[in-house]
Amino acid sequence: MAFPLYLALVASSHTPQALAQAPIPLWFGDQWWYSYSAALTGSADAPSQGLAARMLWVSFVVAMVITVGKISVSLLSAFALVYFRFPLRKLCFWAIFITLMLPVEVRIGPTYQVIADLHMVNSFAGLSVPLIASATATFLFRQFFMTVPDELVEAARMDGAGPLRFFRDILLPLSKTSIAALFVIQFIYGWNQYLWPLIVATHEDMYPITVGLRRMFGGADSPPQWNVVMATAVLATLPPTLVVVLMQKWFVKGLVDGDK
Amino acid sequence: MAQISLRSIWKSYGTGAKAVAVLHGIDADIADGEFVVIVGPSGCGKSTLLRIVAGLEECNSGEVLLDGVVINTLEPAKRNMAMVFQNYALYPHMSVFDNMAYGLKIAGLTKEEIASRVESVAVILDLSTLLQRKPRELSGGQRQRVAMGRAIVRKPQVFLFDEPLSNLDAKLRVQTRLEIQKLHRQVGTTSLFVTHDQAEAMTLAQRIVVMNAGSIEQIGTPEEVYMRPATVFVARFMGSPPMNILTQAPGVAPSTLLGVRPEDWVIDAAGWPMQVDVVELLGAERIVYGQLRNQSYGELITVRLPASVTPPTLGEILHISVPMEKVHYFDAETGCRLKGESTRCSPFSLGVG
Repeated sequence: MAFPLYLALVASSHTPQALAQAPIPLWFGDQWWYSYSAALTGSADAPSQGLAARMLWVSFVVAMVITVGKISVSLLSAFALVYFRFPLRKLCFWAIFITLMLPVEVRIGPTYQVIADLHMVNSFAGLSVPLIASATATFLFRQFFMTVPDELVEAARMDGAGPLRFFRDILLPLSKTSIAALFVIQFIYGWNQYLWPLIVATHEDMYPITVGLRRMFGGADSPPQWNVVMATAVLATLPPTLVVVLMQKWFVKGLVDGDK
Repeated sequence: MAQISLRSIWKSYGTGAKAVAVLHGIDADIADGEFVVIVGPSGCGKSTLLRIVAGLEECNSGEVLLDGVVINTLEPAKRNMAMVFQNYALYPHMSVFDNMAYGLKIAGLTKEEIASRVESVAVILDLSTLLQRKPRELSGGQRQRVAMGRAIVRKPQVFLFDEPLSNLDAKLRVQTRLEIQKLHRQVGTTSLFVTHDQAEAMTLAQRIVVMNAGSIEQIGTPEEVYMRPATVFVARFMGSPPMNILTQAPGVAPSTLLGVRPEDWVIDAAGWPMQVDVVELLGAERIVYGQLRNQSYGELITVRLPASVTPPTLGEILHISVPMEKVHYFDAETGCRLKGESTRCSPFSLGVG
């Protein structure tokens, strides 16, 4: 499992010439700087390719918007579903729940139509907004909120906390670990989006790293610069890795217990 | 000043044919500064009644008055009442200090004021060293004190207790019971205390409200409730072991039930013969369970004897009798007390004032 990653690391440390030879090198070379600076800022050898720096930025922004958006929308909708009695509440829940069964791919046609009509093609909003609505997260928060004892709600009411105050002061802090766990999962989900950006991003400026990476060795005009491609690939794995490493403690806590 | 009046409170859950009535017209008055305990078996509606007073639930009809003002539609927070919950309902992510301060913070008090109030209450409840801890780092008894502190800090007009002692072990329960009594003497706030434990009710209450199946059976001081129970239910419910109720006894009309407290039996050679089945030693006294062996009557009887009396052996025939003035008479049909001057027994409203 680690071998492709290893190979990518090795390849990113050689010159393109070295990689073009028959037995490809299996040990690290000394061209780190060359490959990575070429990947990030471009070089004379690879002028036509997208810059990893920009692609990483696009990916990062999109993943963040998706993650934060998903979490806040789900928190609020779960809050409404659990704590408020309104007409058709059950129906709303089931409507949300059923969308779980409809992945992006199924609704990609109409979604694209909507985004195109709203002139959101080739924008950060177009890349992220359609992916924000999340049945999974709503469902997860709903389940969590239902385990919060009723007496806590009542105590807050006796203390004079209104619904939003209760949400902010009590529910949010209690959901901290679930939020952290979801953050990791959703960030990686957003980062790994491929099909949707492939359709919505038609301009090089708006390629996220997943799409851009594919383009790097898909061009017909010149042979791919494998060292740069591999360097970009390595760079692409860094942000999700960082997120996992940094949030790991919370992530595990969120999965294991509710911290109650 | 805080005087609570309940005027024919009705409450049912569900609608239409599936509706389940929980409270059938509750009337009661709680005087300013009084400590009233609502007691009854589980499912009798006592907690629901408390929650209606708190404003956490709405009644279907009837009125809740606070100092003569109807507060039915008032938000719980605006009623100036504080509640202590059975499971304490402490905010798990907040420190003890923050738990106690939360209500004050929402009320918009200044930081200094909050700190001084919380600290002074913490001293009363012996929580000063625990203020920075989280609830999960506290023992059950400490959590219970924090829950009380959270209520006291707000200086409410009324304290509502929803079985606050039922999660404590027996020893701590007795101790906390005393503390609540002391506290009430200190602050003198009107208090409503719900429990299913008759001993708790007897020891804490200035007046007891005995509830059964959504109605009030009797309202009275602990002495009244114990000495002159208004109904068979009250007679059986208050006191442990419960009162003996004899459905047939020599010289008593069949429509009458005879009630005798276990401690009122005396050993008397001329009394009724009872065959001893079980003897329990409780330290200062013995509880003797047995069966009457006179004529055709086979009633099961509980007798409470001082430990100094020679212990009866199993199977032995014990002769017992009871002084006439210690006997309680009840109507077999309605369950109401006969020959009782304070009987407030009418088919619909059993408790008035």
